[in-house]
Amino acid sequence: MTDATDNVVLLSGAHFSWRAASRPVVAIDSLRVRRGERLMLRGPSGSGKSTLLSLLAGVLTAQGGSVRVLGHELGALAGSARDRFRADHIGVIFQLFNLIPYLSVLENVCLPCAFSHRRRNRCEQSGNSVRDVATRLLDHLDMGDRELQGRQVTELSVGQQQRVAAARSLMGAPELVLADEPTSSLDGNRRAAFLELLFRECELQRTTLIFVTHDATLAPLFDRTVEFADLNRIADGSPVTETSGDDR
Amino acid sequence: MILPLAIKSLRNRRLTAGLTVLSIALAVALLLGVERIRHESRETFANSVSGTDLIVGARTSPVNLLLSSVFRIGNATNNMRWESYRRIAAAPEVAWAIPLSLGDSHRGFHVLGTTQDYFDHFRFGQDRKLELVEGERFADANTMVLGADVATALGYRLGQQIVIAHGSGDVAFALHKDHPFRVVGILARTGTPVDRAIHVSLEGLDAVHATESAEDGADPLAAAMRNAKQRDMQGASRNDHDHGQLGIGENGKSARTITAVLVGLKSRNKAPFLQRQVNESRDEPLTAILPGATLLDVWEIVAGAEKTLIAISALVVIMGLAGMLIALLTSLGERRREMAVLRALGARPWHVFALLVGEAAFLTLAGIALGVAGLYVALAAGKPWLEQGLGLFIAPRSPSTAEFGLMMLVAASGVLIGLIPAYRIYRLSLADGMTIRI
Repeated sequence: MTDATDNVVLLSGAHFSWRAASRPVVAIDSLRVRRGERLMLRGPSGSGKSTLLSLLAGVLTAQGGSVRVLGHELGALAGSARDRFRADHIGVIFQLFNLIPYLSVLENVCLPCAFSHRRRNRCEQSGNSVRDVATRLLDHLDMGDRELQGRQVTELSVGQQQRVAAARSLMGAPELVLADEPTSSLDGNRRAAFLELLFRECELQRTTLIFVTHDATLAPLFDRTVEFADLNRIADGSPVTETSGDDR
Repeated sequence: MILPLAIKSLRNRRLTAGLTVLSIALAVALLLGVERIRHESRETFANSVSGTDLIVGARTSPVNLLLSSVFRIGNATNNMRWESYRRIAAAPEVAWAIPLSLGDSHRGFHVLGTTQDYFDHFRFGQDRKLELVEGERFADANTMVLGADVATALGYRLGQQIVIAHGSGDVAFALHKDHPFRVVGILARTGTPVDRAIHVSLEGLDAVHATESAEDGADPLAAAMRNAKQRDMQGASRNDHDHGQLGIGENGKSARTITAVLVGLKSRNKAPFLQRQVNESRDEPLTAILPGATLLDVWEIVAGAEKTLIAISALVVIMGLAGMLIALLTSLGERRREMAVLRALGARPWHVFALLVGEAAFLTLAGIALGVAGLYVALAAGKPWLEQGLGLFIAPRSPSTAEFGLMMLVAASGVLIGLIPAYRIYRLSLADGMTIRI
């Protein structure tokens, strides 16, 4: 199955709208991401980038078309199967509030292994405990200080928090990491440094990275940059506000 | 996997969680305490007298006669004459009759004057006889038998000499110094007012009061004046309490009086007949009661109060659980982000749901456990007061089926209440997905 091995993500004719009657927020004719690729999706905020990531993570499902991740048609999976799929194969980094406030740094990094046997087994395959792997990942991301690793995450700076989130997304070597503007709260120098660390780890684990940002200056660092506006064919072409799906 | 998370999350909010547990604990302790006291008071009362078909005393209300004679709550307003006792005991339907003379006390414990019949015929609980753990029955006017609590509370042992006092309060009115008693026996624990009584013979009581009369002198006028003087000096409201005195009255009758008579019949069927006979007696105004029937009257009186107490404590439990609901709902705003992160990490919606319901269940169960523990401590600490003040004998025992039922009810309500915030955050986490919009 070349589809499963080569194409990590394959979208065709996928569209999504928050309410049945409203205009779609995401409507993509075709998107293909190859294994090991580092893809930047660039677009202004509110253009539906985050919604696309939710579709790729299987948190939301497209109302039409096909969303295949690692050879699985996500729309065909039941909700719980999608949750398991996400737990096993996908790491996520948010813009902010990535971490569970009442867990220590190390506990936060170990968390994905609590929800996925597959990722735990991968950590343990190398003969190391989950904590060893977490410690090593933190070391690689310049968070090697043992005292720091035992701290509550609320005591960390934003830059440190984002590195912890990156380490967590890479735990157990998932095939795909989705990053939703993780650098927007960092200043210029730190952005590049953070990306370098993230790339190095992705390369080491052969992890595919889809990185969503509004910041074009980072483009040269990526294998490929896709302008979200070119990708997303919304009916009348005008930017769509990301209406809240929250029905409180 | 979800459990350590729940525990750490709770630890992070330990102040609110602790207060929630505490309020549930107090509510549960109150509810179970009311239920326990209600149940135990009924048990104590029902166990205090067994096999007695009739209780006879001076004319008073049936409830008052029952409470004063068997439970030693309140005082008999009047005494009955010894002749009346003799007449009842001699009736052909009567198998046995135990005279009871109350009104004296020793360091807060009632002194009960009675006869050997008390040991032979008195029954408590399920037709159980009184048993001595040490020594023997009182034999003469100088010996006494202690109830189990009296012996342990006062530390008295066999052979000890004791002086009893007049009146039945904590503070005795006068000491009968000239007539000490010797402890010859200690009764086995019964869990009834018997444990808190000092048993002497009627002759012993007579002797006590005879010495008192002797102190007052032969001249009744002088005695009266002396009494008056004593009253002035001590400022005491009352020196004399009318009860069993031996002496020969004007017309040769015995002046001894007693408080009540416990009567056992040859055939229980005759009880209503004899009751009517006694009630209509023209020799002396007397009241005869059927203990079982009068006990029902007592329950009817207290049932309303019991229901009110139960209702109030149930409301307190509801308030405790409502407090938990408020605490959980308030925490949701903050925890929404947390749940979105967990969802992104692969947590299923039911994990999120279970996290909240589990927390509510844990808080409720911890509250119940703490409440039960608190109740046992409170009952142990309040034991002397409950026994002395209310005449309640509450032995420590594991919770009854009814109490377990109440606990289960509270636990189930707690879990049910937990469903509200759980469902809310479940819905929110489905709608939020990974994107946190706050």
